[in-house]
Amino acid sequence: MTTFLQQIVNGLSLGSIYALIALGYTMVYGVLRLINFAHGDVYMIGAYVGYYLSRRLQGKEPSITSALIVMFGAMLACALLGILIERFAYRPVRRQARLTLLITAIGVSLFIENTAQLIFGPDPKFFPSLAPHADFIVAGVRLTSEQITVIVVSFLLMVALRLFILKTRTGKAMRAVSFHLDAAKLMGISTDRIIATTFAIGSALAAAAGVLIGMQIPKIDPLMGILYGLKAFVAAVLGGIGNVPGAVLGGLLIGSSEVMVVGYLSSTYRDAIAFAILILVLILRPQGLLGRVHKEKV
Amino acid sequence: MKKLLPALAVVGVLILANALFGGSLIPGVAMPPYLLQVICLAGINITLAVSLNLINGFTGQFSIGHAGFMAIGAYVSAYFTVTFGDRLRSALPFVPSVGRESLVLLAALSLGAICASIAGFVVGVPSLRLRGDYLAIVTLGFGEIIRVFILNIDAVGGARGYSGIPRLANFFWIYLFAAATIMVVSRIVRSSFGRTLIAIREDEIAAEAMGVHTTRAKVISFVVSSAMAGVAGGLFAHYLMYVHTNSFTFLKSFEIIIMVVIGGLGSISGSVLGAVLYISLTEGLRQFAQYRMILFSLLLIVIMIVRPQGILGHREVVAFLKRKRSSEATSGIRGTG
Repeated sequence: MTTFLQQIVNGLSLGSIYALIALGYTMVYGVLRLINFAHGDVYMIGAYVGYYLSRRLQGKEPSITSALIVMFGAMLACALLGILIERFAYRPVRRQARLTLLITAIGVSLFIENTAQLIFGPDPKFFPSLAPHADFIVAGVRLTSEQITVIVVSFLLMVALRLFILKTRTGKAMRAVSFHLDAAKLMGISTDRIIATTFAIGSALAAAAGVLIGMQIPKIDPLMGILYGLKAFVAAVLGGIGNVPGAVLGGLLIGSSEVMVVGYLSSTYRDAIAFAILILVLILRPQGLLGRVHKEKV
Repeated sequence: MKKLLPALAVVGVLILANALFGGSLIPGVAMPPYLLQVICLAGINITLAVSLNLINGFTGQFSIGHAGFMAIGAYVSAYFTVTFGDRLRSALPFVPSVGRESLVLLAALSLGAICASIAGFVVGVPSLRLRGDYLAIVTLGFGEIIRVFILNIDAVGGARGYSGIPRLANFFWIYLFAAATIMVVSRIVRSSFGRTLIAIREDEIAAEAMGVHTTRAKVISFVVSSAMAGVAGGLFAHYLMYVHTNSFTFLKSFEIIIMVVIGGLGSISGSVLGAVLYISLTEGLRQFAQYRMILFSLLLIVIMIVRPQGILGHREVVAFLKRKRSSEATSGIRGTG
């Protein structure tokens, strides 16, 4: 029983990371109907920006302030990167067929991965610790301070996102754009600006996930975004793509099931389970757990 | 007989070329081994690109799992030659040794193709009901699952890779199958079934309204495409004599997509051009290895922005040149007038 509880805790902290990345996928899909293949690589860049920032701050005591600087620095840099990707790669092809958009996304993803390998070097780097480490034992279950940080920070970010989408004017405009792009444009919403904002927010969340994973598993490499990105995408589809609470639910489910497979089956299948879940979902409930069915019109 | 003549001519030319490149036609004259290997790998990539074009270009269903079917073909056929190859050879004592080796290869390749097409059917039936991006992600997922499962089979080496495969494939076989793939795909596309596929690409709902059984047509084209990928995988294994699951990750699938897209989705000669261009650029830029993929990804983005239909678009190279010439001619007339 204790082992099972321990697995649940591990699954929750991994799942929060997937959920944060999945939010970016689901938001971009909501406004553009595009699988942003480059999103996982934005997450990787976030981890690297965090790595270089924390190297800069090293020498000082690990403190809350420096951790916050690292986190916000990475989020800001990736928000900028997200806007650049949208402006220079996706906007020129936005009116083309969706396949063109998808291939462009694959191109952007390959570009970021290979440029990162060139700049950062292909070898993994070790993320310095940002906060003092501590272990807590609750009912026989070991909770590390990193796990608690991951869960708390991602929870706070998700609540902030929810409030932003539901309570602000920009959030309302985002919902309008994802409901119907052209109608939103006719209502006087600057759709270009809203799409750019969506990319910025999604990328910032991915960067936060990158810094958090750096704290938890202190090893980062230029290709780490591929698998995390794919699994986060699966999480978004599982929850119902375009649906924000669905992405969080999907992320937590994917994270937990992956940890369970590693714990009870075999670690070689850890990357296959997400895809197996994806295929089951798409066959049994293609709209996802919380998604709504869209009727196709001619 | 008249229809067979071109095919026989192709076979004859390939046998001659194979002997010439291998050095057995004119003693002392042979292709440098490195160059020959590049040419042979280009042939395998032509088969892969043309077969992927059937599903991605002509049927308009975006699959990113081609490497998975290639892996099945490679491993199944390699397992066959290693385990049953000698038994098959001893069962055919009356056949000359060249023929025996060819029969073993052909049997292995057909088995690989059959298994790959079964996998294509199993993958295709549930996933081809999905549209666009979902299909892309599911095929990618299936490709990875196939790879992970092969990685866990100890009989084919698992994570060590599978070695000890006899070298049965050569220039002749690789280009024979490349030619066969080109022929089969172009015949399919020009048949009435091919027009069904193109109708699905142009507008799936309209095609369905006209009475096309869209899922059935899509599954058939997927199965055919997977079988060809399986053959390409088998040739790959029997040419390099060693396979590892790392050769069949989704990056390989992306590579094949780049070839197809650069050449033009829906153009067979475009895929051939794309495959040759891709291989020559990767080999030509070998000393700039770390910039190579950056260049390709930029090329992909720029092509999508500037010319989303690829170099040749939907047209074949013959029609492309004809149009060029006629437009030159008209501009010439205008110039004099």
